[in-house]
Amino acid sequence: MSLVRGAAGAAAGQRVDFDRSRARTDATLWLLQRASAFVLAVCVVVHLATIFYAVRSGLTAAAIVARIHASIAWPAFYAVFVVAAAVHAPIGLRAIAAEWMGFQGRRADLAAVVVGVALLALGLRAIWGLAA
Amino acid sequence: MTAGTAQAGDPHRERRPETAQLASSSIDVDVWRGVADGRFVRYRVPREASQTVLDVVTWIQRNLDPTLAYRYACRVGMCGSCAMTVNGVARWTCRTHVDRVAAGARLELRPLSNLPVIRDLVCDMRGFFDKWAAARGRLVPTATRNDPMARVLPASRERRAADAAIECIGCGVCHASCDIVAWRPDYLGPAALNRAWTLVNDVRDGGNRARLAAVAGDAGCHACHSQASCTERCPKHLAPTASIAGLKRAVSRALLKGEL
Repeated sequence: MSLVRGAAGAAAGQRVDFDRSRARTDATLWLLQRASAFVLAVCVVVHLATIFYAVRSGLTAAAIVARIHASIAWPAFYAVFVVAAAVHAPIGLRAIAAEWMGFQGRRADLAAVVVGVALLALGLRAIWGLAA
Repeated sequence: MTAGTAQAGDPHRERRPETAQLASSSIDVDVWRGVADGRFVRYRVPREASQTVLDVVTWIQRNLDPTLAYRYACRVGMCGSCAMTVNGVARWTCRTHVDRVAAGARLELRPLSNLPVIRDLVCDMRGFFDKWAAARGRLVPTATRNDPMARVLPASRERRAADAAIECIGCGVCHASCDIVAWRPDYLGPAALNRAWTLVNDVRDGGNRARLAAVAGDAGCHACHSQASCTERCPKHLAPTASIAGLKRAVSRALLKGEL
């Protein structure tokens, strides 16, 4: 891990012992997790409300699949859902890996990327199966 | 003056009659002795009215075992040096009454968690204060003695935010109570981040660019899960959780502005 020798810190006579790029990465991931949580909150509410509504009207699973198949909006909605989940979940799992399994730095990042790509692939494949 | 009247004038002597009303006349105290591979030793200590946990430890050291190591200075909740783990909970012992914490006339005293033990009830606090330095917990002045005095309005947003967090006495209770510190020892912890937050809100300070980068990230404010154990346990009733949330907002703002 490289240490940044910042001009501002050096001018103030302080030892610069933090990694600025690491700080940016972690701060960005935290913001992405919050932003994706916001999207997920909306998606989960729409998803659950739609399921309750559909079941009340007595639609069968086959009928629901047929309607999604005929629609552009629903696969698009679930694609957003999948992307948000694929961004959100690995960032949280990365923190768990760091705290409980001792994964450090790049190793935790790599594990998170693998999980994220897997979630994205599985989710988009499922949507493709419904839509195509 | 006779010895008798001197004793009668002693406030502790005058309170003696109250002792009869206490649930028991003595208390069994298990005290951690030694270093990390030490053991508990049991002492029997007379109960007194308004007795603090620090009184109990001092009684043991003065009457039963002068080799017992522990720290204290002010005895009135100012210096932050007497914190210990009392019946499993980190507390300032000088202002913790035995009545409030001793269930069944038993006390168990250990050194603070999450810090190396030097001996008995004494921790090595260096790691704790090194984190204050790492979090840039020092004012970076922007003015000289020739400049006019900074005017900080008491009602300003920054001043109120700093006021809410400034009364920390550095006792380490929050650091010992934090699960995140236990899970990842490099985490700066509630006290250091709380200190950084007071400086983020100090309009006289010029060190925020470095400070925000130092407190950002997985070893800094973003590691906090907002479990609020620090806020629950802080003897000064500060809210380090709120300070850390403030740091997350400040870091995010700096990131979006490209200043991180």
